[in-house]
Amino acid sequence: MKKIKVTMYFPANKIAIPLAYHLIKNYNLMVNILNADVSLNKVGTLVVDIEGEEKDIEAGLKYVRQIGAEYAVFNKSIIWKEESCVHCGTCTAVCPSGALKMDKSDWSLTFDKEKCLVCELCVKACPLRVMSVKNGDII
Amino acid sequence: MSYKTIEEINEKVRAGKAVVLTAEEMIDIVEEKGVKQAAKEVDVVTTGTFGPMCSSGAFINFGHSDPPIKMTKVWLNDVPAFAGLAAVDAYIGATELSESRGMEYGGAHVIEDLIAGKDIHLVAESYGTHCYPRKEISTYINKNNINQAFMFNPRNAYQNYNAATNSSNKIMYTYMGTLLPRCGNVTYSTSGQLSPLLNDPLYRTIGIGTRIFFGGAQGYVVWEGTQHNPEQKRGENGVPMGPAGTLALIGDLKQMSTKYVRAAVYQQYGVSIFIGVGIPIPIIDEDMAEKTAVRNKDIYTNVIDYSVSSGPRPVLKRVSYEELMSGSIELNGKTVPTAPLSSIKKAREIANVLKEWILKGEFLLTQPVASLPLTNTVNKLEIRNRTEGVQNEKD
Ligand code: SF4
Ligand code: SF4
Repeated sequence: MKKIKVTMYFPANKIAIPLAYHLIKNYNLMVNILNADVSLNKVGTLVVDIEGEEKDIEAGLKYVRQIGAEYAVFNKSIIWKEESCVHCGTCTAVCPSGALKMDKSDWSLTFDKEKCLVCELCVKACPLRVMSVKNGDII
Repeated sequence: MSYKTIEEINEKVRAGKAVVLTAEEMIDIVEEKGVKQAAKEVDVVTTGTFGPMCSSGAFINFGHSDPPIKMTKVWLNDVPAFAGLAAVDAYIGATELSESRGMEYGGAHVIEDLIAGKDIHLVAESYGTHCYPRKEISTYINKNNINQAFMFNPRNAYQNYNAATNSSNKIMYTYMGTLLPRCGNVTYSTSGQLSPLLNDPLYRTIGIGTRIFFGGAQGYVVWEGTQHNPEQKRGENGVPMGPAGTLALIGDLKQMSTKYVRAAVYQQYGVSIFIGVGIPIPIIDEDMAEKTAVRNKDIYTNVIDYSVSSGPRPVLKRVSYEELMSGSIELNGKTVPTAPLSSIKKAREIANVLKEWILKGEFLLTQPVASLPLTNTVNKLEIRNRTEGVQNEKD
């Protein structure tokens, strides 16, 4: 089993295809939609976690290309240097996915890597330079 | 009404018998036992805050070289320091930027590095005088080979502050963090019910000379802070509903810890510094017991639109800190996420460290030498012509 994070880009006329359904049904994959930006008549983007056998993932991604969509596998990840963090919460102001949140019980920052879209907004927003991008780490 | 003097409280502290609570613990005690009983039982309430405080910096005396130099220009790790003082005195301001690294390194980083005990590159220039013949110097200093190094911050511990949002269509990078377009977020910066001046809203116990927790060391309140604005609109509980009182603070940089002093960089805005401040409030009477039991839901501030850059920035809404800390507020019929800028976790830690110091008898309370003013408003800088009929220099 393997798990990857992928951004898919759809041309305006293709967004109606229930892609996730096909990937699940025909390719035996587990698909978790992390972020969707699909407004009508525009290029749509979908960020998903895909989990399954390596050959199924390959075949699934081939199908994505076939229907005229593009994809990019995430090859970066965000590193939170927790020991340097002061838990100010400034980064939570920009995080679009809810990966960065304040734990209300003790007001510490929590980072849910699974939800992270690697948009890198927090890297610049953190005043203490506690967040950084790591290359080549395929999830 | 029970009444205790500071001296009586200190006697208990010395004897290890003082009852000390943090401002959050005080809320529960007052709720449980009532103001009267709490005033009798509790001796001290500790507060804390840990947030970015731009108006900060440190005086340093480097000691004299041989032959000596009257430094007229000074750089510390390439960050200019103000040297218009005696020969080897300088002031390094937190927001000053490095001449080679720009916004990535500034005065705040120099201060943090000094506290950490690191070597700092000192470069200075001079025109040379008979008594100070040297014209330039390049050497390394650290906190052990310099003379005095004390932080002297003209404005810290703001008593309440605005919350920020941005109604424009463009993202804004500000000292209130990144403000997303179309009111996409709201940021706020205070520790609310833990905040020092919100627990003594009318400055009855905090004044000039008050001993405090300052950057991990013991420091003092030396003056009202710049832009001290005690006449800000207040609620019935005396708590101001916007930026009000401020404090000028002093303390020995050599005793401080990088746990409580951290350099910060705000994207496209510049360098600032997180400072940890904790102030003990002696519970001298029922009024102070009541004041220190203030809760986030009783503290209000205004949500201000930072996209308006000229004229007064519009107030979009008045909200309580309870609402802000819930994670979202309603703004123009929309649910908008909120984010803090100052660390409540650290503020709690500071209130607890200060509590420990007092419980151990290592920290005694102080009677202010003089009170902070209760009347003063903030002037605007007007762009104007010289007033007619007033003698100016060279007239
Ligand atoms: S902005 Fe930086 S220091 Fe503050 S909570 Fe986020 S990661 Fe931690
Ligand atoms: S990169 Fe940072 S801001 Fe973007 S989704 Fe991940 S944690 Fe959130």
